[in-house]
Amino acid sequence: MNTSPRKSSLLEQDARTKRRNAAEARFKAYGLAAIAIGVLALIILITSILGNGLSAFRQTEIMLTVELPEAKLDKSGTRDIEVMKKVTTLTYGPILAKGLKDVIAENGIEIEGLTAKDAGALISKEASAQLRDRVLADPSLVGQTVQITVLASGRIDGYYKGRVSLASAELDSNVTPAQLLLADALKEKGLLVTKLNPAFLTAPDASDQRPEAAGLGVAILGSAYMMIVVLVLALPIGVAASIYLEEFAPKNRWTDLIEVNISNLAAVPSIVFGILGLAIFINFGGLRASAPIVGGLVLTLMTLPTIIISTRAALKSVPPSIRDAALGVGASKMQSVFHHVLPLAAPGILTGTIIGLAQALGETAPLLLIGMVAFVREYPAAYTSADGLFGEPSTALPVQVYNWTQRADPAFFERASGAIIVLLVFLLIMNAVAIVLRRRFERRW
Amino acid sequence: MSPLMMLFLIIVFATTGYFTARKRAIVMAGGDSRKLASLPGFYGQNAAYAALIPGFAVFLAGSILTRISLQNGMFGLWADLITRFPGLVPLLAVLASAAALGHAVLRTRPDFRARVAAETWVLSLLIAAASIAILTTVAIVFSMLFETVNFFGQYSWTEFLFGTTWAPDFRGNSALGILPLLWGTLYISFVALLFAVPVGLFAAIYLSEYAGPKLRAVAKPMIEILAGIPTIVYGLFALITVGPMIRDWLAQPLGLGSSGSSVLTAGLVMGVMLIPFVSSLSDDIINAVPQAMRDGSLGLGATKSETIRQVVIPAALPGIVGAVLLATSRAIGETMIVVLGAGAAAARLNQGLGEMVNPFEAMTTVTVKIVSQLTGDTDFAAPETLVAFALGLTLFTMTLGLNVLALMIVRKYREQYE
Repeated sequence: MNTSPRKSSLLEQDARTKRRNAAEARFKAYGLAAIAIGVLALIILITSILGNGLSAFRQTEIMLTVELPEAKLDKSGTRDIEVMKKVTTLTYGPILAKGLKDVIAENGIEIEGLTAKDAGALISKEASAQLRDRVLADPSLVGQTVQITVLASGRIDGYYKGRVSLASAELDSNVTPAQLLLADALKEKGLLVTKLNPAFLTAPDASDQRPEAAGLGVAILGSAYMMIVVLVLALPIGVAASIYLEEFAPKNRWTDLIEVNISNLAAVPSIVFGILGLAIFINFGGLRASAPIVGGLVLTLMTLPTIIISTRAALKSVPPSIRDAALGVGASKMQSVFHHVLPLAAPGILTGTIIGLAQALGETAPLLLIGMVAFVREYPAAYTSADGLFGEPSTALPVQVYNWTQRADPAFFERASGAIIVLLVFLLIMNAVAIVLRRRFERRW
Repeated sequence: MSPLMMLFLIIVFATTGYFTARKRAIVMAGGDSRKLASLPGFYGQNAAYAALIPGFAVFLAGSILTRISLQNGMFGLWADLITRFPGLVPLLAVLASAAALGHAVLRTRPDFRARVAAETWVLSLLIAAASIAILTTVAIVFSMLFETVNFFGQYSWTEFLFGTTWAPDFRGNSALGILPLLWGTLYISFVALLFAVPVGLFAAIYLSEYAGPKLRAVAKPMIEILAGIPTIVYGLFALITVGPMIRDWLAQPLGLGSSGSSVLTAGLVMGVMLIPFVSSLSDDIINAVPQAMRDGSLGLGATKSETIRQVVIPAALPGIVGAVLLATSRAIGETMIVVLGAGAAAARLNQGLGEMVNPFEAMTTVTVKIVSQLTGDTDFAAPETLVAFALGLTLFTMTLGLNVLALMIVRKYREQYE
């Protein structure tokens, strides 16, 4: 039995100390690893979204020279818009196809195994509508030969973004290798270019078949309407509720119940608010499904707890001496709050509100339930006498992302990632404003 | 009377009321405002509030009553009245407004304490705003309760609660057992927590106990950014990046599955979403442990990690448990990540344990099914649609229980060291 005391020195660590120090180092490494995992996850997330989505802001277009024959587009020859509107996009399609054929012939491009139909399919199905809109906007174009830039079809666009290759085109029923070679030939002549695509931010959604034409215009407008509703309702109600709870409420059961309620509501799953919106505002209240007003109301109820919690924190941080001073010179309780406490708490309230709005902007699940997934191509008007304020069907940014992920064409994944980038940019701006506000106006008492 | 007309009239009442009452107060005091109990403006304000608040309150109450009676056939007398006189509610509102205004103007005397009266009106508005929180909860419960009762009228509740197959069919003969969905929900949440709790906790420990101010200033906001990213972004991330990656690198080489959406995909991505949630809550709680406890332990010769493991964590444990419970409630209620990452096929509970616990298998959750049963063309008489409300109520009850428990624990814990 070894009963002698353990020998150790400062210069030479014994086994036990080594073990303890190793455990210490391991523990520290776990902590660092955890932070690294968190930061890494963020970086992978952002690069994945950017990598997939940035190309949505560029679009491949074809420059054509087309004749607009009067015989087809305006038989009456009167250039009467109403008459010309009867000519559908079906008539404009062949005009574009002929234009492309002329261009191919002019430049002496010859591709083996390319049929006329295949060549025509290079042009997006949306292009005939583009041309029609242009002619209807300016009827004097009829009978002339005009230069026009039209969208290339989704697969051709994907070819220049790395989604489609000659090998994959062999297996794809929507595109042939010959078409890709033709596109390359056109690109060499400078007739086919991939350039910045502002229409992604302004155009409405497009159907399943034409991802190249799909844009975020309606979704951004719908989201903006909803944010207006949320701001107008949630800010005053939230501030009023916080003032009552923080400054006036007596400590009793009722206010206790309200407090528990608010902290609870902040943690209720968002989809439950969607069920509430569906049952109360649409089925009971008779409001129209997919209307921004319904979305705004649902998001208001969701955002209220956030705003109330941050407003109360802001009110709490105003020192009692301010209130006492106001009361001391004869102000009533109400006056002390509205004239002194509230203005001093305003930066904090504003910051909380912006963060609440940012949260509401990204919320998706409740909007799915109130019908915002519908396919909407018309820009919603802010007010119509039939549907009232913000009553026309619309979509919203995050829901548009969801919508696009549900479609078959992989080109829509690019669009969805692009929409996410737009959403994140909005969120970034809002949070930056909140941080700047806090930095500039925050007061430490 | 149309609502627009009512709005116009009430606003006219309020403005004229303001000036009339103000003028009347000054005149009654003989032009000397020092003889008034309150500043002249308060007499006006009191009258204006009297015109506005009761008017709109009556309109709101009347509209809701009308809606209820027309929708549910209750209060038959009221429904008859309303169909005979469609403009009744706005008319009543205008009358209420006028009556209250008249009362306020008549009350205007020099010794009338108008400031107190005006502020009482404002206080009533503040109370109304605060009650909206209660109303929201009541509305949530009732909106789901009614339809759930309807659902149980058509479908037996024992089969809903204990049924082991989920196979809705809009032509009838659906099997709507909740157990497969609950299994999916709990399994995915478990995977998420398995990832998020250690990572979040260790991150919080490192940030609050070890990290220098520089690392803290960089790492803390970066982790908190994760909390500000909308869930749809995580969903898309799961769908186009994580899902295919797990399928191609893990599931297919191992021969365990071939689906892009899986429990592991949704669980991992949800775990990433929960990291900041766990870490920031734990951070607060760890920081609340008094420094004296750490100093005592360090003074006895314990290393820093021994102090953390044997003193700080045990002291903070109740709070950490609360944080984990809150994170669980988040995970259970999360929708978009599972809609895009976990798939739509319900777990098959009677196919043996192997398939049930295979994390590479697609599995669906309560929230996914709420979305799928309530979007698109829905028929609110069919049990296949109504089941969504029963699912919602289940979800609400579960998260409510977790939240209340967590809040109670956290609150109790905070008091301990304050």
